[in-house]
Amino acid sequence: MQKMKLVMVGNGMAGVRTLEELIKISPDLYDITVFGAEPNANYNRILLSPVLAGEMTIKDIMLNDVDWYAQNNIKLHLNKKIVRIDRAGRKVIAEDGTTEEYDRLLLATGSNPFILPVQGKELDGVLTYRDIGDTDAMIAAAAKYKHAVVIGGGLLGLEAANGLKLRGMDVTVVHIMPWLMDRQLDKTASQMLQKSLEAKGLKFLLQKQTSEIVGAPTTEGGMRVKAVRFDDGTEIPADLVCMAVGIRPNDDLARQSGIHCNRGIVVNDTMQTFDPRIYAVGECASHRGIAYGLVAPLFDMAKVCANHLGHMGIGRYQGSVTSTKLKVTGIDLFSAGDFSGGDGTEEIVMHDAVGGVYKRIVIKDEHILGAVLYGDTVDGSWYFQMLREKQNIGEIRDHLMFGPTQVNRGHLGNTGHQGQSNAASMPDTMEVCGCNGVCKGTIVKAIKEKGLFSLDDVRKHTKASSSCGSCTGLVEQILASTVGGAYTPQANLTKPMCGCTEHTHEETRKVIREQHLLTIPQVMHFMEWKTPNGCASCRPALNYYLLSTWPHEAKDDPQSRFINERAHANIQKDGTYSVVPRMFGGVTNSSELRRIADVVDKYQIPTVKVTGGQRIDLLGVKKEDLPRVWADLAMPSGHAYAKALRTVKTCVGSEWCRFGVQDSTQMGIDMEKAFWKMYAPHKVKMAVSGCPRNCAESGIKDIGVIGVDSGWEIYVAGNGGIKTEVAQFLCKVKTSEEVIEYSSAFIQLYREEARYLDRTVHWVARVGLDYVRQRVIDDAENRKALFERLQYALQGEKDPWVERTQGMEKHEFEVLSA
Amino acid sequence: MSAQPINIKTAGQPRTWIKVSALEDIPKLGARVVKSAHGDIAVFRNAEDEVFALRDQCPHKGGPLSQGIVFGKTVACPLHNWQIGLADGQAVAPDVGCTGRFEAKIEDGGVYLQL
Ligand code: SRM
Ligand SMILES: Cc1cc2nc3c(=O)[nH]c(=O)nc-3n(C[C@H](O)[C@H](O)[C@H](O)COP(=O)(O)OP(=O)(O)OC[C@H]3O[C@@H](n4cnc5c(N)ncnc54)[C@H](O)[C@@H]3O)c2cc1C
Ligand code: SF4
Ligand code: FES
Repeated sequence: MQKMKLVMVGNGMAGVRTLEELIKISPDLYDITVFGAEPNANYNRILLSPVLAGEMTIKDIMLNDVDWYAQNNIKLHLNKKIVRIDRAGRKVIAEDGTTEEYDRLLLATGSNPFILPVQGKELDGVLTYRDIGDTDAMIAAAAKYKHAVVIGGGLLGLEAANGLKLRGMDVTVVHIMPWLMDRQLDKTASQMLQKSLEAKGLKFLLQKQTSEIVGAPTTEGGMRVKAVRFDDGTEIPADLVCMAVGIRPNDDLARQSGIHCNRGIVVNDTMQTFDPRIYAVGECASHRGIAYGLVAPLFDMAKVCANHLGHMGIGRYQGSVTSTKLKVTGIDLFSAGDFSGGDGTEEIVMHDAVGGVYKRIVIKDEHILGAVLYGDTVDGSWYFQMLREKQNIGEIRDHLMFGPTQVNRGHLGNTGHQGQSNAASMPDTMEVCGCNGVCKGTIVKAIKEKGLFSLDDVRKHTKASSSCGSCTGLVEQILASTVGGAYTPQANLTKPMCGCTEHTHEETRKVIREQHLLTIPQVMHFMEWKTPNGCASCRPALNYYLLSTWPHEAKDDPQSRFINERAHANIQKDGTYSVVPRMFGGVTNSSELRRIADVVDKYQIPTVKVTGGQRIDLLGVKKEDLPRVWADLAMPSGHAYAKALRTVKTCVGSEWCRFGVQDSTQMGIDMEKAFWKMYAPHKVKMAVSGCPRNCAESGIKDIGVIGVDSGWEIYVAGNGGIKTEVAQFLCKVKTSEEVIEYSSAFIQLYREEARYLDRTVHWVARVGLDYVRQRVIDDAENRKALFERLQYALQGEKDPWVERTQGMEKHEFEVLSA
Repeated sequence: MSAQPINIKTAGQPRTWIKVSALEDIPKLGARVVKSAHGDIAVFRNAEDEVFALRDQCPHKGGPLSQGIVFGKTVACPLHNWQIGLADGQAVAPDVGCTGRFEAKIEDGGVYLQL
């Protein structure tokens, strides 16, 4: 059968996306020909801003290179502008005379930047910002000239200005309205934005109308811009002028061919123009009176259009509500919907001028009309979702400001931290990637079904976070909460440790034991590692396997430890550290507290916080100060930074409590003293409660002990973290010595057999509690052997803080200068 | 042609070689921080005893690269594990971004930076 001919004019984001969708559903229906006026294959126009800012290169932003067209049998004409459509003859004619016939024609000609009709607009050095050519021209000008003037304080103008500034130019943004991004932001948010941009060195002239661009002759004989003049008579110097004052749908070609246009090529809900053989998608199309200028709606159009071109005949495009994010590194900004306020609307506003956070939600009749977020935009997609779906927010109104975690708290098993909560608590229907319209459920499904492990894989399979990239963090969280933590897919059983080797964790542990290997280079050599010195994922694992298998023989390699375990403190997001001294069993006294207070004053430590583990966290300590802070504290390391024993939480127990039947505090102290300085595959947490009321929360710990009349019950493999898991009953014992012996055996088995970064819950889930019982409870001899091996491993282990106050690893804490 | 990140702060100014450390004072597969007029600089030493210098700021969220784990010619940022090329300051795909780099060399056992 003869295939139909599909010709596409305009090789941009919307058009090529339509082809991608079409090839997915009907790969063999058409012979496809593409004409593009630009010399490049298909690239991500959105990311021209990071290219201009020097954060990416052109190579990074290519979406489909010429090979892609070849692989899909698409005939590609680059650098060829179509100048005429012969509708009667069903062909298109390019500038150079190339002619192609069509059965279906797809117009995706995008838009043209609007150029202010002022004198001097054609001078050298006056540019717009639309394609690779413009971007290259600006980069070249920035290397040569000093003064840049960007006309237009909208999204595009600000991204251009930021890029030019980062390229070393002196940049002034001229805006006709009283505040920047006036169509996306209210005044307060806009002023905060302006302040941050001013801090980056940008200058602003607001409420200024450009009247003329002044030129001067150049040595090459041309005329180049020299200054920009305003209608109030003032002028500022300019060697480069970038006009970013808006775009106009590029409907010239369609109009000349007699296709009905009205500020864009008029299309119906199936993206057909008035000529039924001709479709239009993208910024050139006018749908229900709107021509869009962001990719999310264009991608929706692409899907519908492909569906109809592919003869599937379902799907209508019904318009889009759009949201905006500004892509200036270091600035978080989100806006959606209508936030102008007005009759019958109410507002919830949170404004922390010092912290640089502003949130405003406009509500009408219990529905969100608009939202503006500045400084903290994580909840943007959540508000946007409710806005688009016209969700009634009456019931959650009180918590609205605090994000989905607060709202969903009541009925969620997965609490957590590190933002995990955001991803975990998001409903499956919530949109994650606004550009490509990808929901959480789609991502999770792809991760699970296709066994995806990396962000890159998720991008490839779902397109989430592959356009503007601002949802990358969220996608990573979803990935982490889906495959990481408690959820370890079966496929992982035979997975190699990492890309550096074919071997699994278990094989590697076995070889280390059987071959008596003692150093990382030995392991890598013997097991034929594929990389010269591993990676950040396998080296810490190997270091742990060596140390736990051959205590006192294998030597620690600090360079193969994550920074926290190298610095013996927790790195914070600003590069400072936190210090958590150990308080055995959560018990302290006046002299320790006094020393802590003195240290806080002496080193001006900004935050002192009581942790969830019954001790005190000093946050914001400078790395150089750490050894002196530790010396002055004169308290043991709390190992709050390490894959090691963290805390043993206790309740007051029989010493004070009217219900207590066992001395849980002393039991906790004894356990903490027995196990501190013990490294493990992951962190280890314990708790001891003095009666079954369980005030120390022993039910969600790696080892939890509960006092009963006749002795102690031991529970293992609980976890209160990312996914809460209740600990399982291991056994009941009579004496506190037995508690230590049984817990030692359990934890030593874990230390010897679990994979690095397995919490006890993950390990027990894999090997089964029966196996653990068999080795620890039923086999008394083995229990003693395990107990003794742990004793041996911990023998003579020093407090890392004390060692470092005495000068060990000195270089780690000293800064050089130049 | 490989794209070189531009160091904005120092572009156009004359540079000189300055000794910042002895090679042996930087741990193999490790780094030291050098405070300078250009801000903090991370100076890395790899297994082959090559040295590299990058602005001590991850292109992602400014994490201190000097504190990361070094392997091959790459460092993993301590904050969110982006991997940054020591030689070019470029983030390894799929992440994108780059951080400024400085020329570094070893002479007579000393580590020099061109600043
Ligand atoms: C300080 C503290 C919060 C607080 O202010 O109370 C805290 C703070 C951190 N927690 Fe936690 N967790 C703290 C108690 C907890 C608890 C509650 C507890 O221990 O009773 C949990 C749930 C219990 C559990 O672990 O089963 C908890 C579950 C987590 C998790 C999730 C672990 C999991 O397997 O699901 C992480 C992430 C990880 O370890 O990979 C984490 C990681 C972190 C880190 C280390 C994040 C990091 O890598 O930088 C935080 C650094 C703190 C710092 O810089 O000092 N934190 N974290 C608590 C310190 C307790 C202590 O004295 O040592
Ligand atoms: C710097 C910049 C930053 C942006 N940032 C964002 C953002 O953060 N988020 C967002 O959603 N959107 C952003 N956008 C907008 C987004 O890039 C556009 O909405 C999108 O590219 C439009 O896709 P399109 O296919 O309709 O048009 P285009 O991608 O412009 O493609 C149209 C193509 O058709 C070609 N063409 C035109 N006429 C002819 C002809 N007669 N013959 C042959 N070829 C022709 C043009 O040369 C062009 O290559 C940004 C745009 C720019 C310029
Ligand atoms: S757990 Fe028991 S002993 Fe401890 S405080 Fe609660 S009631 Fe008292
Ligand atoms: S700051 Fe470096 S990875 Fe996030």
